[in-house]
Amino acid sequence: MTARTGGSFVLDDPAPIVEALRADGWRVIGPRLGDGAIVYDEIETADDLPRGFVDEQDGGHYRLKESGNGRWFDYVVGPQTWKKWLFPARQKLWSASRTDDGFAIEPHQVDFPKTAIFGARACEIAAIEIQDRVFDNGDFADAGYRHRRENTLIVAVQCARSAPTCFCSSMNTGPRAEAGFDIALTELEDGGFLVECGSDRGAGILDRIDAIAADVTAKEAAQAVTAQAAQMQMRSMPQNIAGLLKDGLEHPRWAEVADRCLSCANCTLACPTCFCSDVEDVNDLSGDHTERWRVWDSCFSLDFSYIHGGAVRRSTQSRYRQWMTHKLATWWDQFDTSGCVGCGRCITWCPVGIDITEEARAIREEPARETAS
Amino acid sequence: MIEGMEKIVREHRFFADLDDDMIKLIAGCARNVVFKAGQYLFHTGEPADEFYLIRQGQVALDVVAPGRSAITFQTADAGEIVGVSWLLPPYRWMHDARAVDLVRAIGMDARCLRGKCDADHDVGYDMMMRFVPLLVSRLQATRMQLLDVYGTPA
Amino acid sequence: MVPRVARVLRARRELSDVWTLDIDAGVNGFVFSPGQFNMLYAFGVGEAAISISGDATDHGNLVHTIRSVGKVSAALANLKAGDAIGFRGPYGVGWPVEQAEGSDVVIVAGGLGLAPLRPAIYHVLANRDRYGRIALLSGAREPAGMLFRRELEQWRTRFDVDVAVTVDHADSDWRGNVGVVTTLIKRAAFDPDHTVAMVCGPEIMMRFAAIELEQAGVPGDAIYLSMERNMKCAIGQCGHCQLSTDFVCRDGPVATYTHLNRLMTLREL
Repeated sequence: MTARTGGSFVLDDPAPIVEALRADGWRVIGPRLGDGAIVYDEIETADDLPRGFVDEQDGGHYRLKESGNGRWFDYVVGPQTWKKWLFPARQKLWSASRTDDGFAIEPHQVDFPKTAIFGARACEIAAIEIQDRVFDNGDFADAGYRHRRENTLIVAVQCARSAPTCFCSSMNTGPRAEAGFDIALTELEDGGFLVECGSDRGAGILDRIDAIAADVTAKEAAQAVTAQAAQMQMRSMPQNIAGLLKDGLEHPRWAEVADRCLSCANCTLACPTCFCSDVEDVNDLSGDHTERWRVWDSCFSLDFSYIHGGAVRRSTQSRYRQWMTHKLATWWDQFDTSGCVGCGRCITWCPVGIDITEEARAIREEPARETAS
Repeated sequence: MIEGMEKIVREHRFFADLDDDMIKLIAGCARNVVFKAGQYLFHTGEPADEFYLIRQGQVALDVVAPGRSAITFQTADAGEIVGVSWLLPPYRWMHDARAVDLVRAIGMDARCLRGKCDADHDVGYDMMMRFVPLLVSRLQATRMQLLDVYGTPA
Repeated sequence: MVPRVARVLRARRELSDVWTLDIDAGVNGFVFSPGQFNMLYAFGVGEAAISISGDATDHGNLVHTIRSVGKVSAALANLKAGDAIGFRGPYGVGWPVEQAEGSDVVIVAGGLGLAPLRPAIYHVLANRDRYGRIALLSGAREPAGMLFRRELEQWRTRFDVDVAVTVDHADSDWRGNVGVVTTLIKRAAFDPDHTVAMVCGPEIMMRFAAIELEQAGVPGDAIYLSMERNMKCAIGQCGHCQLSTDFVCRDGPVATYTHLNRLMTLREL
């Protein structure tokens, strides 16, 4: 068939797409079973996908179960995010060696093979686009990120189901992805897939496959799938939360949540938009060679804000406040978007089940008494 | 001369906007004093009988600790006041005051002024309202000194 | 994020724990605005954000004044003439030397805060006729801890600048002011309605000085402070230097007191 951007087709299962990608030389990263969760790793065929699994998620709770119905994508997001691949946890920046009269630095060239992200959800695409703004902020663009991003093709999966922890609908990031993908798949209720072509690059892959054009019925069925996923969402973020948080920096709720928060940093590791990093200088034993690496960091760590003999944010309270107000409020000032995509990972992976939507609600419903300044 | 003293009192910044009757009253407790460079205005422990409004020169406020030379913790210049311990019992100086260069000042008889404040509370209130801002400002400045902000962090 | 490798031309000891390095800026020179900073790299040890403390018109010589307080700054401060050093920059928003033209200028430095202010002082003095009255107020812990003392004494001999210095405490050899630097503000001569103030030093000192300047009638948006936070990348992508909405490395380090007031008084922000 001849695909073009905006066109849609129907397929029985996703296998031909994986095959077409691999045939075109793409490394395919997709959801797999790993350690009892859905993780993102390389797949070779569609058989590597966790077909027939569904997740059970809530605050501080995650289980995978077999659904018994053979559906391919009923599970939603797991603990990992695509930043594992686009902004890896450890990145070499440069190396340096001593010379006769000093030292010389050698920048590191990022070598990222063309990679297809297979199974990105709408919230995840929104998160990738948010990180795009972080790593190219108008003044400084991270060359390594840009290289990885340019060599990435996105196959989206439109969600047929929401977990109780999902709230993308209230964040306007899902469950349907309207753009940001090269190819999108919707698993229809009666079986089979609607395949949307989102770009020329996607068209290039779809041209290799035998598929029939989708009719109106199929397109409407696909819309119904995501509409249903939206309707079943049980959580939501209050509107105008950014302003409420900025005015509520001394709200008593911060002390209350600090009593529960372990500052374990799970939320920042699981969050698809969190971007904070540290740098490490690693030397060999001779002391003549050194490497500078960038590594993931978290605003929850005590040393994060260290200056002159002490951390600025010493208390858990101040660190939780920093994370939440950054994510939901000051992110707007910095990047002209919310930092939250409503994926719910921070709720699921918090060991004590702190729920960001509940905290937001608490701050909204009992507004802090502001004294006149 | 009393008239000369009135003029000098009126000119000092500390007594700005004082009405003529008050100026007369206060001038009755005032006298002209001069200190040569290095001379002490008063020493720690001495009765706080007289405090000073500096007209010219600089005064260093020192504390002395055994085994070390004097440490200057503050200097006062023209227009400023030296000595606040006269306000409250036990009316004894808590530090030394030393003229750094030639100092001309108005010496205020503390007992005389305290007496006039007790006799007329309007005078007392006015004097207190002149001193309190000075004390508050000194306290805030001293707090910052205490914080030792320039010191190398532990 | 890759540093350039350069050579230290000269290392000068300023105080017991403070050194100034002159660095060869190379054939193409190095251009910066007063108040900006570089990330300096000591081989195998790490990077630190250090304000540029030299003359912005001297493109061949890059000057940094470094206090040895931690692992990286100690390694940098120990470099000698001929040693190699890495640097990248300049980064950040600098002092408002252009906005201040036509106004009186009050510069308030506390301790090592005089170093990031020095390029602004050089600029203002080199373009003297563009500014009104200039007051330079500098405070140190004690006389032995006074940075750039000789330069302060030189500036003091000029007839078109008011220089006042003070120390927190001194022994009787010191024949100058003793008291916190904010006390010098009351005695300085400037027109608060047409003044731009530039303040640099420990955060507590900057806050007190800004309050004093406001009380003297200088509006908060004419008072500029230089903030400091933990920095790793200096390009707004590592997250460490955030102060509420701002990345101090990009939206600062210089910002107005009006903008910073609330941010500085909120605990642990």
